[in-house]
Amino acid sequence: MNFTLRVWRQNGPDEAGRFEDYPAKNIPEDASFLEMMDIVNEDLIAGGIEPINFDHDCREGICGMCSLTINGVPHGPGRGTTCQVYMRKFEDGQTITVEPWRADSFPVLRDLAVNRAAFDRIIQAGGFISERSGSAPDANALPIPKPVADISMDAAACIGCGACAAACPNSSAMLFVSAKVVHLGSLPQGKPEKDRRVLNMVRQMDAEGFGNCSNYYACEAVCPAHIPAAFIARMNREYSVASIKETIGATI
Amino acid sequence: MILDAHIPSGPLDKKWTSYKNSGKIINPANKRKFKVLIVGSGLAGASAAATLGEQGFQVECFCYQDSPRRAHSIAAQGGINAAKNYQNDGDSVYRLFYDTIKGGDFRSREANVHRLAEVSADIIDQCVAQGVPFAREYGGLLANRSFGGAQVSRTFYARGQTGQQLLLGAYQALEAQVTAGTVKMFPRTEMMDLVLVDGHAKGIVVRDMVTGEIRAHSGDTVLLCTGGYGNVFYLSTNAKGCNVTATFRAYKRGALFGNPCFTQIHPTCIPVSGEYQSKLTLMSESLRNDGRVWVPKRKEDSAKEPSQIPEDARDYYLERKYPCFGNLAPPDISSRSAKEVCDEGRGVGPGGLGVYLDFSDAINRLGRHVIEERYGNLFEMYENITAENAYERPMRIYPAVHYTMGGLWVDYNLMSNIPGLHVLGEANFSDHGANRLGASALMQGLADGYFVIPYTIGSYLTGQFGKKKADPSSAPFTDAIADVKSRVGKLLSTKGKKSVDTFHRELGHIMWEKCGMARDKAGLEEAIAKIPQLREEFWKDVCVPGKGETYNQALEKAGRVADFLEFGELMCRDALARNESCGGHFRTEYQTPDGEALRDDENYAHVAAWEFKGDNAEPALHKEPLVYEEVKLATRSYK
Repeated sequence: MNFTLRVWRQNGPDEAGRFEDYPAKNIPEDASFLEMMDIVNEDLIAGGIEPINFDHDCREGICGMCSLTINGVPHGPGRGTTCQVYMRKFEDGQTITVEPWRADSFPVLRDLAVNRAAFDRIIQAGGFISERSGSAPDANALPIPKPVADISMDAAACIGCGACAAACPNSSAMLFVSAKVVHLGSLPQGKPEKDRRVLNMVRQMDAEGFGNCSNYYACEAVCPAHIPAAFIARMNREYSVASIKETIGATI
Repeated sequence: MILDAHIPSGPLDKKWTSYKNSGKIINPANKRKFKVLIVGSGLAGASAAATLGEQGFQVECFCYQDSPRRAHSIAAQGGINAAKNYQNDGDSVYRLFYDTIKGGDFRSREANVHRLAEVSADIIDQCVAQGVPFAREYGGLLANRSFGGAQVSRTFYARGQTGQQLLLGAYQALEAQVTAGTVKMFPRTEMMDLVLVDGHAKGIVVRDMVTGEIRAHSGDTVLLCTGGYGNVFYLSTNAKGCNVTATFRAYKRGALFGNPCFTQIHPTCIPVSGEYQSKLTLMSESLRNDGRVWVPKRKEDSAKEPSQIPEDARDYYLERKYPCFGNLAPPDISSRSAKEVCDEGRGVGPGGLGVYLDFSDAINRLGRHVIEERYGNLFEMYENITAENAYERPMRIYPAVHYTMGGLWVDYNLMSNIPGLHVLGEANFSDHGANRLGASALMQGLADGYFVIPYTIGSYLTGQFGKKKADPSSAPFTDAIADVKSRVGKLLSTKGKKSVDTFHRELGHIMWEKCGMARDKAGLEEAIAKIPQLREEFWKDVCVPGKGETYNQALEKAGRVADFLEFGELMCRDALARNESCGGHFRTEYQTPDGEALRDDENYAHVAAWEFKGDNAEPALHKEPLVYEEVKLATRSYK
C-alpha cells in the first residue's frame, strides 16, 4: 500500500512547528502504524533527512507510551493504542495526518513526542495508598466482593497514555483522574485516604491547566483501556462529599 | 578470581531468617545520609526505590521512558506465583522452591531460590494492601490459577494484566515517595556508564534524552534494575527500548556477566508475518491452561483450513509426548517441541512457522463466556493483529524470545563483584537458572525490590560509614563523562550509509539462527566469527543523523545497538563453552535419544561468570560451582 503522510515536525518545545509531507511507499497491509512509521523513517534516513521523533515502547498496547493523533483522532481508528492500529484499516493512496497529542498541559518535546509529566504529578498528589513495605496483613484477611474488585480493576486498567485529555475540547484530564480515584477509592484499603486523595488529585489536575469536563465523552470514545465516562460522575460525587466535609473540618 | 556468593550458613530453610536476625542494620537517622542511585523503574527498580525511600534513604531513580509507569514489567500478562496455599492443594514454600529449582534445570543457586519462595507470600500481602485488584472469587477471597509447569494453583492474577497492576502498585508507591521528598525521579534519562571510585560503584553517567546533556550523578551505592537483553535478537517480546547498555557498561567496568546464553524462548507468541516486523507479541502462557496445542499429523495437511482437518489427523504433540503435564509443559520444552514439528514441515500459517492453540474443547466444556472472562483481552489483541477470530478458528502461535535468565553475577546480597554495585530483577542472573517458570519473573522483581535489597543493602553500606563521599567533579567522573562524549561523537561523525536498524536486524538474524532455540558448536563458532565483522562494519558505515545536543532517537538506538553488537558475541561464547543442554540452552550435540536436553552435572553444574578483558581480548571465564545441599539433582522429566 502507498500513502502520503502529513506529519507535524517541531524541533523543540520553544520552536514553531509545521506540517511536512512524506511518501510512505510499499507498506504491507499487515504492518502496524508504527511499523509504517519505521519504514518511512528508514527512507528519510536514506534520503539524508532526520527521522520523525515519536514515542513508543512496548508496541503491544499496554505501556501507554505511544501517542499519535491520526487524522485528528488520538490513537487513530479503532479503540486501541496507536501501536495497535494496522495499515489494513486505511485506504490505499490515502493522505494520513499525524500530529502529537494536542493539549496545553502536554507540551511538545520534539515532533510527535510530548511531555506528560503532568500525569505523574497528579499521581504524586494522591494517587496511591500509603502502605509501608512489610506492614501488610494477610491478603485474604480482608475479603473484597468480586463486583467491587471488578469495578476497581476496570478503573485500574487505565494506561495513562493521555488520549483522553488530547481528545477533549477542554483538554480535561478527568477520565484519567477519575480512573485512579475509582480504582483506589472503591477498595476498602483505599478508604482511609479517600477524601484527601480526590481533593488533592483534582486540585493538582487544575493546577496543571487541564480543563473541566463538559460531557463531550470524546475521552471515553478514544480510551484504549475502555474507562467509562461514568467514572467521572463517581469522582465528582466523591469530590463534592469531600469538599463539604472539608468545609466543616471533617475530611478523612 | 574466587566467586564467593556469601551464602549464610545453617540449614537451607533457616538461612534467610538467620541472615535477617544477624544482618547489619543502619539506624534511621543514618539512612538519610546515604544516597542510593537506582537505574530502571520496573518492578525491581520501582519497588526498591519506594521501599528504600520509605526507610529514609535519599534515592535517585532513572528511567529511559517518559514515566516510571511505562517500564516493560507492565507487559507481563499471566500472573505472579506465591506459596500461599490458599487452594489447599498441597503447595508450600518448599514446593515453590523445588519447582523453581527444577524448572531452572538445576542451574540456579539453592539459597537464593529458597529465599525467593519464602518472601513470595509477603509480596501478595503487600500488593493487595497497595490496592492491586487481583482476581477474586465470589466469596471475596483471592482467586488462583495453575500456570506454566506447576501442578498446584499458586498463581495470582489481575485479568491478563498482572504485570501492569503490579507495576502500577509499585509506581504509585514510588510516586508517594517522590511527594514525601525521599525519591527524586529522572525520566527520559538513560544510563551511559558506571563510575568506579577506588574500585567501588559510586556513580553513573547519564544522558538526558531530551536535551542531550551528558552528566554524572554520584551516590553511595548503585542499583541496576534494568531488565533483560532479549532485544539482542532484534525481534523479541520486549519493548523496543529494552537494552543491555547499563549492565553491559558495568561489565566493561569489571562486573562479571553470569550465564549470558540462558535465554527463555516463550512458546506462545503471535508468529512473524514479514520482514517489516518490529516486535513479536506474546500471548500469555496462561492460555495453555485451556488451549490445546496441535499441528496436522501429515505435512500435506498443513496448508488446509484447521476446520477441514479431522480430529484423528491432528497431532496434539504436547499431550502425546508429556501425558502428565500435557499443554502445560514448561516453556523451553513447549518451544522446542514447536520448533521440531515445524522443522518436520508440519507447521501452519505463513512460512510454516506456527502451531495451533485450540480453545474449542474449553469453549464446549465451559462456555464461551468463561473463556471470554479469562482471556477476553488476549483474544481481542490476537484478532486485531492477525484479523482472525480465535473463538472460531484456533490461534496460531510460535515461540519468541521473551526473557533472559542470564545477567550480572550477584551474591546473596544481590551485590555484584564490584563493591557497591547491586543488581536486581531480570538484570541479575540469580534465580531462574537455565529456564524461568511462568509467573516467576514478577515474583523475583518484587521480591528483590520490596523484601531483599532493603535487608541486604546494609551489608555494604554499613562498611561505608565515615568514608569520604564521592566527588562528582573528581577524575573518575570527568573521565567517564569524557568517554561517553567521545563515543557519542563517534556515532554521530561516522556518517555512513546504513541505518542502525539494518545492523540490528542483521545481528538479530545471526543470534536467532545460531544462538536461538537450538545451538551447535559449528553455528556458534560461525556467529563468533561473523559478529565482530558486523561490529566493524557498524563503526565504519553506520548512519546516525542529527545532533547530540537534542532529542535524538536515532542516536539513542545507535548506542544500544553498539552494545548489543558486543554483547551478542559474549552470549555465543557462553553458549559455546557450555557443552551440555539445560533448560533454555539446547545444544543439539547433547541430547537424549528421544530428543530431550542432556545435562552434564559433573562438568557444568556451575554459574559461568565472564570477565571483560579488553576490547579485542577474549573474556575470561570464572566458575561458581553450584552446591546443592537440599535438592538431589534429577533429570528434569515432564512426561
